[in-house]
Amino acid sequence: MNKVKQKDLILYSGLIILGLAAPFLFSAFKVQLTYLCVLIVLAMTWNLQGGEMGYNTFGNILFYGLGMYLTASVQVGMFFPLAEWTESGGEKTFVHTTAQYFQGIGVGLLVSAIVPAIVAGAIGYAILGLRGHYFAICTLGLGIAAGEIAGGIEIIGAGQGFTTPPFPAEIVDTEARGKFFYFLSFALLIGTFVFVKYIYGSRFRLILNAIRDNEDKAEAMGIQTMKYKIVGWMCSAFFCGLAGGIMGGLIGYIDSTDVAFDGREMGVFMVLMAILGGKGTLWGPVIGATLFHFFKEGLWTLILGWQYVALGVLIVVIVVYFPEGLMGWLREKYPERFGEVIDEKDRKAQVELK
Amino acid sequence: MDFLIFKAPMLMVQASLDGILLGILFALIAYGMALQWGVMNIINIAQGDLVILGGYIAYTIYLWGIHPAWGVIISPIIMFFVGWALYKLVINKVVDRDLFISILATFGIAIVFQQLMNFIFGADVVVAQSEYGTTMLFDNSVTLPNSKIFSAFISVLYAVALVIYMKKSRLGRAIRATAQNARAAKILGVDTEKVYAATFGINAALCGIAGALISITLTLHPYVGLPYTVRSFMIVIVAGLGNLPAVAVSGMGLGLFEEFADYILGTEFRIGAVFMLLVFILVYRRFKLSKKREYLK
Repeated sequence: MNKVKQKDLILYSGLIILGLAAPFLFSAFKVQLTYLCVLIVLAMTWNLQGGEMGYNTFGNILFYGLGMYLTASVQVGMFFPLAEWTESGGEKTFVHTTAQYFQGIGVGLLVSAIVPAIVAGAIGYAILGLRGHYFAICTLGLGIAAGEIAGGIEIIGAGQGFTTPPFPAEIVDTEARGKFFYFLSFALLIGTFVFVKYIYGSRFRLILNAIRDNEDKAEAMGIQTMKYKIVGWMCSAFFCGLAGGIMGGLIGYIDSTDVAFDGREMGVFMVLMAILGGKGTLWGPVIGATLFHFFKEGLWTLILGWQYVALGVLIVVIVVYFPEGLMGWLREKYPERFGEVIDEKDRKAQVELK
Repeated sequence: MDFLIFKAPMLMVQASLDGILLGILFALIAYGMALQWGVMNIINIAQGDLVILGGYIAYTIYLWGIHPAWGVIISPIIMFFVGWALYKLVINKVVDRDLFISILATFGIAIVFQQLMNFIFGADVVVAQSEYGTTMLFDNSVTLPNSKIFSAFISVLYAVALVIYMKKSRLGRAIRATAQNARAAKILGVDTEKVYAATFGINAALCGIAGALISITLTLHPYVGLPYTVRSFMIVIVAGLGNLPAVAVSGMGLGLFEEFADYILGTEFRIGAVFMLLVFILVYRRFKLSKKREYLK
């Protein structure tokens, strides 16, 4: 037991050191690394929903987009009139000082974590009562409706988009912006990982799994499933909102359907990454997101223009031929590595029965 | 918000007629969805993209100089084979699996279709001119494009023909038998694999007809498929599987809702309103069903 702990310690400290050193080692890829962190966070939170709870959602993009809009709105609205900012290139008229910028983004991120969680709690009772594919389609509708509606609201820029405050010009270091957002997203990643790992060791996860495996039975056992489902969704929303807020600041421009409520890209990516890595495992989404990001960045530029075709084909191939994901495949191959003991007698008996 | 429509009765007549004619078209797409859902237990997210592809086929023959109305005959024939091929390539591997897998797989197909259509036909909004003119009603205060009347008429015609075909023909009987109990049908000698392929082909053909009609009444664009999927999904869950009159009625209801939402909320919220309606219908249905839950005694 002690040996295992030690191994874990080496692994985690190694990863953290790698993460801290990454922006200096690969200084040209800071934006990509930030993307990677956010993608991993999204995949892990989706996994909490789709993998552990069995509620396959397309709607987590709702919280991501909400977080993005909220962070930018708070950051601007704290110091300047929001309507004038979005109306006509406000970033030229109003300039954030360094202190204002960081205060704004701090408060903005706080709001963008709490509000989506509250929203998830508020709509959770109605939405999470749906089962299976009804839930999937309903959340798909929610995500797209949010994008369409945000594209019609004037104060957040409507269809022409919303420019988030530019990084303060007083900081002369040109690398500072990339580093700032990288470390922000890396901190979020560590926070999410620690949280999800904590959940994996807790009773809460067992309850979520019970809901996934058979909700009616779980209810009959005396578990108040609705309460746990809502809490699970709120956890997802909390981290999705934060990820969205960071992404909004990094991209610097928010469009209602192409950046914020981007169901066609981010919304699908998070599902795909979690399934690619293996649903219902701690490391699956992390590995899936990393692989997917490398694949995307490596291949996207080679097949420019055809990337969505490749994405669509990839979805079909993964879903049809590879639904257990990488971790599922490894688990099947090396069950003893996952702490599963195979009763050889029992297995033989089963084979004979067949 | 703009409530002008309730003060002007002619606007209301206009919106109602538009909505009903549009709704009949939606009902045709929804009928295809109900068919494959009932028979194969598959929710096809690519439904709307099949519709748009059918529309582009009609638009292509329009570009060749043939009247686009011929699209309602040519497009379903081509689309039937597209559907058949799609079944053989992907769908047959997800038929017996979890519904979420079919949703995701067809979502992937939808993305591929959108992008390929974007490459082939361009990203412009296009419309095929039928040049049928317009009918003026009530002292010219209500205008009704003849193409919309034509499309409603063709939709009804095809729907009736399909119902008769399903009732009378051998294949129709095989499809209905498979929907009732696939295993029993298999035992009794029905080649269910063929039935599934045919069902998916018929569904795609229906989408082709609807698309050809959309190309002359509304507009085509590679990325507007998903709203049609959601509309047909909505109609099916309101009407139930295999209840054709209800499908027609709820299709018209959806058309009416959309036209009124268009007037009241503004055109920019039209698609948003459709998706919100989906959410509301599902949530309403959930509360209605949860009332029916009873304790075992």
